[in-house]
Amino acid sequence: MKTLLTLTIATALAFSSVHADTLTLNSSGSTFIAPINGRWFAEYNKLHPDVQINYQSVGSGQGIKSFVGGLTDFGASDAAMSDGEIAAVKDGGVVLLPMTAGSIVLSYNLPGVTAPIQLPRDVYPAIFLGEITKWNDPKIVAANPGVTLPDLPITVAYRADGSGTTFVFSNHLAAISPEFKTKVGGGKTVKWPVGVGGKGNEGVAALIKQTAGTIGYVEYGYAQQIKLPMAALQNSAGKFVAPTPDSGSTALSQVTLPDNLRAFVTDPTGDLSYPIVTFSWWLCHTQYTKPGEADAIKALANWCLTDGQKFAPDLGYLPLPATVVTKVQAAVNTIK
Amino acid sequence: MQTATAPSSAASTQWVGDKRAQRSKVFDAFFSWATFVASWGTVALLVWIALQVGYAALPAVRQYGFGFIVGTDWDTNNDVYGALPLIYGTLVSSALALLLAMPLGVAIAIFLTEDYLHTKIRGIFKFLVELLAAIPSVIYGLWGINVVIPITTPLGNWLNAHLGWIPLFSTPSSGPGFFPAAFVLAIMILPTIAALAGSALKTTPQALKEGAAALGATRWDVILQISLPIAASGILGAGVLALGRAMGETMALAMLIGNNNQISASLFAPANTIASLLANHFGEATGLEVAALMYLSFILMALTLGINAVAELILERTGAAIRHL
Amino acid sequence: MDTPNQTNGAVSPQGLDLSRKPRARLIFSRAMDVLVWMVTLAALIPLVSVLYMVIRRGAGNFHWNMLWLLPPAAGVDGGGFGNALLGTIILVAIGTLVSVPIGVLTAIFLTEYSQGSKSAQLIRFCAKILSGLPSILAGVFIFGILVMNRDLHLGSWQIGGYSAMAGGLALAILMLPIIILATEEALLRVPRFLREASLALGANRTQTVLHITLPAARSTILTGVMLAVARAAGETAPIIFTAFFTSFWIGSLNEPTASMAVLIYNFSSVPYDNMVNMAWSASFVLIVVVLATNITSHLVSNRSK
Repeated sequence: MKTLLTLTIATALAFSSVHADTLTLNSSGSTFIAPINGRWFAEYNKLHPDVQINYQSVGSGQGIKSFVGGLTDFGASDAAMSDGEIAAVKDGGVVLLPMTAGSIVLSYNLPGVTAPIQLPRDVYPAIFLGEITKWNDPKIVAANPGVTLPDLPITVAYRADGSGTTFVFSNHLAAISPEFKTKVGGGKTVKWPVGVGGKGNEGVAALIKQTAGTIGYVEYGYAQQIKLPMAALQNSAGKFVAPTPDSGSTALSQVTLPDNLRAFVTDPTGDLSYPIVTFSWWLCHTQYTKPGEADAIKALANWCLTDGQKFAPDLGYLPLPATVVTKVQAAVNTIK
Repeated sequence: MQTATAPSSAASTQWVGDKRAQRSKVFDAFFSWATFVASWGTVALLVWIALQVGYAALPAVRQYGFGFIVGTDWDTNNDVYGALPLIYGTLVSSALALLLAMPLGVAIAIFLTEDYLHTKIRGIFKFLVELLAAIPSVIYGLWGINVVIPITTPLGNWLNAHLGWIPLFSTPSSGPGFFPAAFVLAIMILPTIAALAGSALKTTPQALKEGAAALGATRWDVILQISLPIAASGILGAGVLALGRAMGETMALAMLIGNNNQISASLFAPANTIASLLANHFGEATGLEVAALMYLSFILMALTLGINAVAELILERTGAAIRHL
Repeated sequence: MDTPNQTNGAVSPQGLDLSRKPRARLIFSRAMDVLVWMVTLAALIPLVSVLYMVIRRGAGNFHWNMLWLLPPAAGVDGGGFGNALLGTIILVAIGTLVSVPIGVLTAIFLTEYSQGSKSAQLIRFCAKILSGLPSILAGVFIFGILVMNRDLHLGSWQIGGYSAMAGGLALAILMLPIIILATEEALLRVPRFLREASLALGANRTQTVLHITLPAARSTILTGVMLAVARAAGETAPIIFTAFFTSFWIGSLNEPTASMAVLIYNFSSVPYDNMVNMAWSASFVLIVVVLATNITSHLVSNRSK
């Protein structure tokens, strides 16, 4: 046993010779961006075997903390960084780079209902506030002519773990419903008045699948991959829009990014815009001390913003609009 | 190996094993010193951890004081934190799990130490039980979601519909909740109890058992009056270890408890535990919430301390087994 | 001693109570036999259920090349978990190498050198409290003292930052209490006369412990170690904060490493079929490896009896 252990450790240590010339970067943060990050880093490593990036999804908050503390080379967050967090960065400065985007959908479990349901602007916040408690509530019925809604109680499913998904969804609800804003508010973790909590997108999806009458919020990519039904939501122009890559991108393109590239699209305008969308950011320093690191990160970011975007739709992400890409690339070039 | 030299190494006569005796003495001193260091090192580790956690918790302690323990809200946005539903959830889910797992574990231990089965088949059973311990908690969580909850949900709903007046069944089942979580938790701690109880039972001296049998005792006379009392301290020890594990279990409970900060008497209502809240919120927590989470962890350590203290008292009171000669 | 035996426990003070009629006792005993059979078989149902789930989903999709291929990215087919398997072995090995000596030495101190004293009570108490530590706290603790400061150096050796070493230490914290408590229990059950005989022959305490007591308690100690190993191999939360994760082979102990538990955690939370299937296959392999370690260690210990 002991010889086996020693052998294993020795072999592992022997690997260190392989890594002599590779640049290894550590990154952590958002769970939302993790799959496409992973794909990007794998594809990039195929093109540039001397650059290895390790990514672990620990949540946007932990990602920010690790980045601020200098533990990771760059971070990833669905909530960008607040001014306070940016100020806390000791050295190196911060630049926020939107690298991808996604939409959040409301998925549900309604046996017997095949067509996607429509949820008006005043209905879905009320559901999550616990004010509308049955599926055959007159307001829901009115918005879905021709659909027989069952007499089933509504079970709300929310994210138990703090997450960027909750951040985006709750901020959207706070933007469109003053009552939600005062009673609950927006944030990565909020105190949902009713419902059951699931861990991660997979937890919420499991809750939805398990119990009839459940409704919950998940990332579009997730719902699309496991084929959960998605509700069409009424946007600020009054139109019911189903979540698709197009409606998501349309919503994104309505936004003009400020100079620091931090924009939360809590209630997009436009007839064809899907109401719940978000960017997801990389958090990079403006100055890197390790030789070659700045160049590597710049090259990586530029590749992800151009060639990398083609991986987005298959994995359920929204490709960035061209105008956004130009702005972000300009920001990338400020990294030294 | 044993040297037959005079104990005093200061003698001037050259005994054959003198050098060896000296070396043994030095090694003996070194070894006992090593055990001393290791033991107090363990204590030091615990103190260190407690200090780190406590220090990180200070902002929350200053802000909320003891009111934290009876607060019922966990509202990150408004920085209102209270631990009561979490303490309740932790204690109830762990107690339930232990209640389920102890009888099962002891029964399995008895099954494996008595000769119900051929030795070889017994060996296979033993490995099957130990296999349970090898399964990662994430898998238990997934098993809970995919297999256990679909069974407990209709059960809970049926019990609520027919026996809803009993507080235990006062809410319908919304999927996750105390019962599925406690059940899976029980399965998770079962191998610990079975393995350690089995080890304790195995050391019952054969002579005692044979003597009793010669006197006309049946198998269960021996088990209940001889084997179990002798193994009692080991079984209690196994139970305490298992309870500790249950109270600290993070991953599986986070997936199965429902993550709703409420206090309900119903077995099927969703709830929350300290460890699962910690796991769910730690990644995203900033500022005061981090301190509140550390305060919560401190409370958990205090709870473990309290329960262990009570267990020690019980052990001493019953006197059913004498731990030390 | 009033009983002519050498146990550390006592028979019920009144002695064996056979006052009830033999027939009644026999019926009771047979009934209890049936009960125990039923309970054991009932307890096996969940076990079979879990194993069935893992085997069906894990073994079904398993390919041998998963053992040496690197993890796939999202949307990519194939791949494996070779680096994660190696990582888990390394992490558990570090955890074992740190926790077993310290744990066994502590248990020896408790039983041989300070039995019954207040210090023993205190130390044992601390071990019990440690056993209730949520696994995530072990990770957070090591994160705070070791990982967080990336520039932490021991001489020229960088020990800060995410590293396999930190992960192993976090696991050691989780394994330690199990080993202390199981070993102590094991040592207590070694009959007193063995120790006394050894001392009478002139051996000192250390020699007695190392050559007589420990070997006698070997199988229970091994059970404890195996329980600890099994627990450590399946832990996720502490590893995430210490050993991090990587899709590449580990270079040195100062670098992050993949691990089976974190891989399973990562891959089971995404909707991409290839990764979800791989999570199941990894669970299957993890269980097999831990079981194999268990069996091998028992075989080795039995052979050297």
